[in-house]
Amino acid sequence: MKFEEFVCFKATIPHLQATDRDGAIAELVSALVTAGEVAAESAKDVTKAVTKRENEASTGMGKGVAVPHVKHSTVKKVVAAIGHSSTGIDFASLDEQPVYSVILLISPLDNPDKHLQAMESIFRHLQKERFRKFLRQCREPDALQDLLREADENPSW
Amino acid sequence: MSRTRVGLRREDPMQMGERALEKLVCETIVEIRNADGLHMRPAMQFVDLASRFASDITVSNDDTEADAKSIMQMTMLAAARGTRLRIRAEGPDAEEAVNALRELVETRLFGEPPPEGKG
Repeated sequence: MKFEEFVCFKATIPHLQATDRDGAIAELVSALVTAGEVAAESAKDVTKAVTKRENEASTGMGKGVAVPHVKHSTVKKVVAAIGHSSTGIDFASLDEQPVYSVILLISPLDNPDKHLQAMESIFRHLQKERFRKFLRQCREPDALQDLLREADENPSW
Repeated sequence: MSRTRVGLRREDPMQMGERALEKLVCETIVEIRNADGLHMRPAMQFVDLASRFASDITVSNDDTEADAKSIMQMTMLAAARGTRLRIRAEGPDAEEAVNALRELVETRLFGEPPPEGKG
């Protein structure tokens, strides 16, 4: 699955205001509401569900990235928002290091395979140090969009 | 059980010196059977279990091979229900590792429900 198919380019936040995990999640959910991907009345519930999932097991996979996610009926297709924190956020990551790139993924209730495909795409790229570095360096939504499109076009990049 | 192959691999004696070492290699194919597939939580369980063994363990599908002890790599397999994965272990506890991992995937279904109704 390509980034283009699920990343909401209107919901990228180059400078997260929040300095804590739950704040960052709420901020990214808000961005999805503004972009029209998540219904405004569902925002609170989505945020709560993501936080709850995060409390069960951290999605901070180490190396400065976290992929909080949840299934929710508010979306009909998989959608992701991406945020960057310059200060670093405590996500209770596996390597106990702060998180600088947060990819929030919301999946519909009834399509586990699409959720897996989006995860595959995210982690295939996040594994590469170069990709993580560039992701952290994106200071404008346009730069992030270029990076993801480039990754889509060159899967082996 | 018939799907599991166990073998002894003798390292190249030229490389190993006079005392050739023997390494146990064990390999099997498992099928993902829980409804949601190998998403992050099952992948974490898999990594936790694999990490308890001394053997080197890899898991592969048709085009990707993952280190069974790396959560980033395991998540990348994105195996949906019905996917077959090859588990390969190499080391002193290879057979135990493969058996334990197969049980987690096929018998315990990662503690998740099987697909509803239609099975």
